[in-house]
Amino acid sequence: MGSTLAEKIIAKASGRDSASPGEFVTCAVDLAMMHDSGGPRRVEPILNRLGAKVWDPDKVVLITDHFVPPVDAMSAAILDMTRKWADANGISNFHDMQGICHVVLPERGHLSPGMFVVGGDSHSPTGGAFGSFMFGVGATDMAGVLVTGETWIKTPATIRVEIDGELGSGLSAKDIILHLCARIGMGGGEYQVIEYSGETVTAMSMTERMTLSNMAAELGAQAGLIAADAKTTAYIEAAGGNPGDPAQWQGDADATYLRTHKVDASALLPHVAAPHSPANSAPIDDHSTIAIDQAYIGACTGAKLEDLQMAAAVLKGRQVAKGTHLLIAPASTRVTAAAAADGTLASLTAAGAILMPSGCGACAGYGAGILAEDEVCISSTARNFQGRMGAVSSKVYLGSPYTVAASAVAGKIIDPREFLQRGAS
Amino acid sequence: MSKSGKAWVFGDNIDTDVLAPGLYMKGPLKVLAAHCLEAVDPNFASKVEQDDVIVGGENFGIGSSREQAVQALQYLGVQTLIAKSFAGIFFRNALNFGVVALVCAEVDKITPGDQISSDPELGTITNHTTSETYACDPLPEQLLAMVMDGGLVDHLEIRLANKEVAS
Repeated sequence: MGSTLAEKIIAKASGRDSASPGEFVTCAVDLAMMHDSGGPRRVEPILNRLGAKVWDPDKVVLITDHFVPPVDAMSAAILDMTRKWADANGISNFHDMQGICHVVLPERGHLSPGMFVVGGDSHSPTGGAFGSFMFGVGATDMAGVLVTGETWIKTPATIRVEIDGELGSGLSAKDIILHLCARIGMGGGEYQVIEYSGETVTAMSMTERMTLSNMAAELGAQAGLIAADAKTTAYIEAAGGNPGDPAQWQGDADATYLRTHKVDASALLPHVAAPHSPANSAPIDDHSTIAIDQAYIGACTGAKLEDLQMAAAVLKGRQVAKGTHLLIAPASTRVTAAAAADGTLASLTAAGAILMPSGCGACAGYGAGILAEDEVCISSTARNFQGRMGAVSSKVYLGSPYTVAASAVAGKIIDPREFLQRGAS
Repeated sequence: MSKSGKAWVFGDNIDTDVLAPGLYMKGPLKVLAAHCLEAVDPNFASKVEQDDVIVGGENFGIGSSREQAVQALQYLGVQTLIAKSFAGIFFRNALNFGVVALVCAEVDKITPGDQISSDPELGTITNHTTSETYACDPLPEQLLAMVMDGGLVDHLEIRLANKEVAS
């Protein structure tokens, strides 16, 4: 009997010939990524108490993104201790204020197919887009990894999501994943692995694939894998990383899958998730009369270069509606630089968008862009839990960068295809 | 068998932003804990007592990896969580802090205020108010050992000390 991609990676990491769903195994960690919120400030006291050192500083990547740039004395102190800890512990893979960890990690060539990676953040499934088994852990689990270089895992089964058909104009990976959130719910992933495949996924860029893998978290999956192909290799090589042997890291044809969900991308409509859950998602017509105060394009999910390009396609030659503000926080400094070089930023700022620093920002309620009582926001981020972006009574709708940009222009939630079909007005 | 405590009953998909709101994540645990679950029950943090039991529906703890979602509950005195299912990262975090997290299909039979105790080794939950016993998934041996040690850090401390003795 064959193995799934996840089972192959777990077998390798646990030093076994094979791994079967349900088995508890101890795995050697190839890479541990952490950020300023769940990282040094949380793990240092544990390492001190245990009198332990980091098992292998070269296998640790530290990225500041939650409290950047600092907005008060408390966040400044957190960043200060993070830098001192990196220095004292010999962490050379330290990316300070360069963007959001899930985007910076592959951008700097840290991920390869077949790796077993832990990330100190729940959107760690993003790394699955590169054929790595990457999953999120809390800071205590991370401290355990830093001390021992290993962690336990209950070998997950794999749920296949097969996506076929060509996405229509004005649609993106975000619409697919919001559709899935509505269809299988936030528990539909059962903390198993979701593996995306099909012709639509094959046709997608790496950054669009990252959106699918990222929001495997919102499906309740442990990881969101996409088997590596030529695009994966090209991206990793351009990032200065090592693509390894992608052919080795594919699921077998006779592997056993828990179930398969099929998606027809060609029939899909733009989706919006209503407060307070990504699973409250529906085709956009259901939400088309909602007036908005703020539109936000940001976060690991929705502010990569391609996301900004989608927004620019809508915003070019148009203006953000009076009374609405459009905040854009590019996912990394490299994304900002690339968007500046190709003219994307100019389209955004000419439309009246307000540029924000690269970081987790308003998405998690840590940075600038917080919502007041009863304010309504449409956002390209992953989560719209109650109170996440600000006041408990604020309301966040989730949509694609196309939809967020179009809604900023209209001052209300609107189908972006109307703008893209008409062209610049 | 755990000490008994009164049940606080919540629905499905109680998320980590509700348990540990991002606005208070920079500050001390005491402040964060005062806002735990306030979006769904503004009185929870001020009324919950030592050894009270949280009862949830499906996918309890969905969302962030922030383990303060567990710590806030623990700070307020909660040592036992029972739900139809837990979000994966939250489940790991709970056990890492020595908080017992039990998966039980019969949580709908529990009413707010019922006196509840549990035995994670046997896989049983006792409702002292209704005199019912419910089955729950027993914790696997290696995880139970960690919880009984008080969590992952205590477990590692013991493990490292044993290694030193052995060497």
